[in-house]
Amino acid sequence: MTTKLMGQKVQRVEDQRFLRGHGRYVDDVAVDPGQHTVLHAAVLRSPHAHARILDIDVSDVLDVEGVHAVYTYDDLASCSPQMAEPLPLLIPHPALTHGRTQYALAKDEVNYVGEAIAFVVADDRYLAEDAVSRIRVDYEFLTPVVGIDAARAATSLVHEDVPGNVGARMEQNVGDAPAAIAKAPHRLELDLTVERSACMPMEGRGTVARWDADINRLQLWTSTQSSTGVRAAVAVKMGLDLGQVDVITPDVGGGFGVKINHPWPEELLVPMAARALGRTVKFTEDRREHFISSAHERGQVQHIEVGFDDDGRLLGLDVEFWHDHGAYTPYGLIVPIITSTQLLGPYKPQNYRVVFESLYTNTVIVTPYRGAGRPQGCYAMERTMDAIAQYLGKDRAEVRAVNFIQPDEFPFDQGMIFQDGRELEYDSGDYPAMLEKIKDLVGWDEFPAFQQEMAEQGRQVGIGLACYVEGTGVGPYEGAHVHIETSGKVKVATGLTTQGQGHATVFAQLVADELGVKFEDVEVVTGDTRRMAYAVGTFASRAAVMSGSAIHLAAKRAKEKVLKIAAEALEADEKDLEIVDGVVSVKGSPGTSIDLGTVSVLSNPLRYAFDEKSKAATQFSIGDPGKPPVAEDDEPGLEGKDFYSPERATFASGMHAVIVETDPDTAEITILKYAVVHDCGHLINPMIVEGQIHGGVAQGIGGALYERMAYDESGQLLNASFMDFLMPYVTEVPDGIDIDHLETPSPLNPLGIKGAGEAGVIPSAAVFAAAIEDAERLSSTGLAITAMPISPSELFTLRQAAVEEVAQQPSRNPRTREDPA
Amino acid sequence: MSEELHDVRLTVNGTTHDVRVPARRLLSDALRHDLGLTGTHVGCEHGVCGACTILVDGAPMRSCLMFAVSAAGHEITTVEGLTNPDGSLGPVQQAFAECHGLQCGFCTPGFLTTITAGLRDNPCPTHEEARDMIAGNLCRCTGYQNIVKAVERAAEIAASGEETAS
Ligand code: FES
Ligand code: FES
Repeated sequence: MTTKLMGQKVQRVEDQRFLRGHGRYVDDVAVDPGQHTVLHAAVLRSPHAHARILDIDVSDVLDVEGVHAVYTYDDLASCSPQMAEPLPLLIPHPALTHGRTQYALAKDEVNYVGEAIAFVVADDRYLAEDAVSRIRVDYEFLTPVVGIDAARAATSLVHEDVPGNVGARMEQNVGDAPAAIAKAPHRLELDLTVERSACMPMEGRGTVARWDADINRLQLWTSTQSSTGVRAAVAVKMGLDLGQVDVITPDVGGGFGVKINHPWPEELLVPMAARALGRTVKFTEDRREHFISSAHERGQVQHIEVGFDDDGRLLGLDVEFWHDHGAYTPYGLIVPIITSTQLLGPYKPQNYRVVFESLYTNTVIVTPYRGAGRPQGCYAMERTMDAIAQYLGKDRAEVRAVNFIQPDEFPFDQGMIFQDGRELEYDSGDYPAMLEKIKDLVGWDEFPAFQQEMAEQGRQVGIGLACYVEGTGVGPYEGAHVHIETSGKVKVATGLTTQGQGHATVFAQLVADELGVKFEDVEVVTGDTRRMAYAVGTFASRAAVMSGSAIHLAAKRAKEKVLKIAAEALEADEKDLEIVDGVVSVKGSPGTSIDLGTVSVLSNPLRYAFDEKSKAATQFSIGDPGKPPVAEDDEPGLEGKDFYSPERATFASGMHAVIVETDPDTAEITILKYAVVHDCGHLINPMIVEGQIHGGVAQGIGGALYERMAYDESGQLLNASFMDFLMPYVTEVPDGIDIDHLETPSPLNPLGIKGAGEAGVIPSAAVFAAAIEDAERLSSTGLAITAMPISPSELFTLRQAAVEEVAQQPSRNPRTREDPA
Repeated sequence: MSEELHDVRLTVNGTTHDVRVPARRLLSDALRHDLGLTGTHVGCEHGVCGACTILVDGAPMRSCLMFAVSAAGHEITTVEGLTNPDGSLGPVQQAFAECHGLQCGFCTPGFLTTITAGLRDNPCPTHEEARDMIAGNLCRCTGYQNIVKAVERAAEIAASGEETAS
């Protein structure tokens, strides 16, 4: 019997290509050395954050040698009327009363630096950029609205017809939080902020399109997290039938959320130009374009009021926050809705009110970035827990523990509506056990002694802890197709895309296990609409759960068919058969056997003897000569197809702890230890899950200590390069991340798995704020760190402020309300 | 107003290629688009990420910071040239596969070339030196943990390979 591959650290099959330089990313498609058949596009982007476009003069461009076309808004309607309409608002929501989206090319007005204005197609990218620089645009400047404070003040508006810059206001209530807080024995208020950051995959966006006039069909390669989404959008916008559009997502050099938004203007402009010019057209964005014209996330301002008892038990939690969604809202309210619901984490506050406003600013749009609103929610909740512990003088872990949902309370309904429109109902978990694990892993109970010891040497160290729950594997569905070829090789297709998660490996593991075939004989294709027309996409840590489950089910169906045919061929009972290494045999008599390839030949009554396999199959006879060759309820071929559609999301959870040291003079922050306990149910491939955690933690460190979008008041992004936007190198990540797993299987899917992709990044801001604060002991009565990320200079400023505060008013914290006397 | 073109002979992975390029053509673009060697990736085009790193006469260079015309007369090695003569993975590539040193694979070619050169200079790096060796390359996926392991593993593989060879 072959060993089960689920749960094994199987080496990745895709690495063989990648390591040889044979990966195929979108810019590697349609490479034609020496041929010059492919045309290249460049985009004129607005240099102003807010302006009216008075005139665009392209006359200097047209006679530039090598330039084939230039498009502005006025040219869009010639492609199709829909092309001149605004881009779709992908996820409308009743609370999004003032949703706005941009046009593929700006019409009359620009609302952020980077917004696309004109599109040039030329022989190469160099020439296209030359041409872009010759386009002259007359602008009438409008006042830019930059930052949440300016948006709230609303002295200027981003969109004239959106009062107060408020795109949406949404409130959810469980119980009566304000009343519960008013009655609570203790109360606190917190004001917190988180700045913008961004996904920053190493590969930016890119699209290639080829129009085949002979068959009236478009082939589009794009670096996306949703091929089927792009396909539908392109078909609608170009006035084509869905059947005329194929979208292929080749290898993707990282996504982290930004590539789920679609269609980007270029995903429409490239195929438009390809059809109009009858040539293959390619757009590959450069890094600056990625900074100013894709998407950011994270920016929020939060106000929290909490009431609690002597043990730190939450009695009421009232959260108000302001979410900066940038200039447009193509992705709806997903991010703030996730913040508002996932803020609850592993806790049950009893009474909860949350209200948010989603605000327009003249900056790049905001769409999900790994964690998608959860890091901000976790930050709000975990800072609150720390504040309560500090106020009561209690251990921070203890305060968390009294608020945990207990293992016997699952399924636990939080009484709210989640991002997928379903109830926020946690399926399984064991938070008390997880807390014990993280305390052991990081050395929580031993830490005070260590801190003391370090203090004696003049060193400042601190520890932080943060917990989260993550809804993963959201619906609505994902599908899979399993085809056993006459060679015995198994071809598997699922429609969602891959950006480094090793899907070709983990999905092959599942198929090998279920079908009883060799791992090497399974080949998985993702993100190709020709192979799987119905699919959703790779986001919300959903791929393993959704496609994993669908593939498992599809393999099961294929197996049923294998057994049926093999039983007939071998004149045995299906129940007596087993499949090992691609051979079906009768248990106990291995001589009576048939390989899967032969079964595949038998599954197709059209049996030309193409090859040895077909000839070999003639020894078996199946089918009743008195009946049609393909029975009424049957199909030719050896295939299995199925879809998986869960009732609701499955909830993974985790806890992170970090020990940091802060330099007493320079305020430099050093990570001494980083520990993660993680529960994503059953693991398919622990090596890959740990890799996801490593990557998430590194991104989290970036977000907590280094990365921010430095906009000036005129809406210019001052750090739009890798030179100035500080992403962690190896020198910024800890040398080793301690990981422990807990496996509480999900009851919602056949494999008992939960998503793992985003987890590593969720608690970072919270856990670093806590640890740095613990190292610094800046205030004995309130939280000192309320704005993240935090740089050494900011920490230094906080220290100075603390010194001044102590000098003026010892032991009074303006943020803490006195108890009712 | 057509651009002046220059004839350049590029020697890449031991093969010579003649190309006609404008003076401003970046070496990274020439390798990828004029020679079809798309293993070299471009992540920033301003010399910071290291994805485009190639070896020029054995030394790591950022091909996005070099013009194709200035590569004439030099021996260039790209990721495609790191495999063993029999087509099997070279030691650094093998180590990456074993240690799960890559996820999306976009940064990987730059790490492979950088480490290949690094281990040539320092065949048995200490742990700190292994970390230092990759400190100029960005990876957004892996958090570097397994890349550091891969450096150490590559040194082992290379050492054992030399033993067997000798
Ligand atoms: S592309 Fe050359 S260093 Fe980033
Ligand atoms: S593996 Fe994706 S950037 Fe390094």
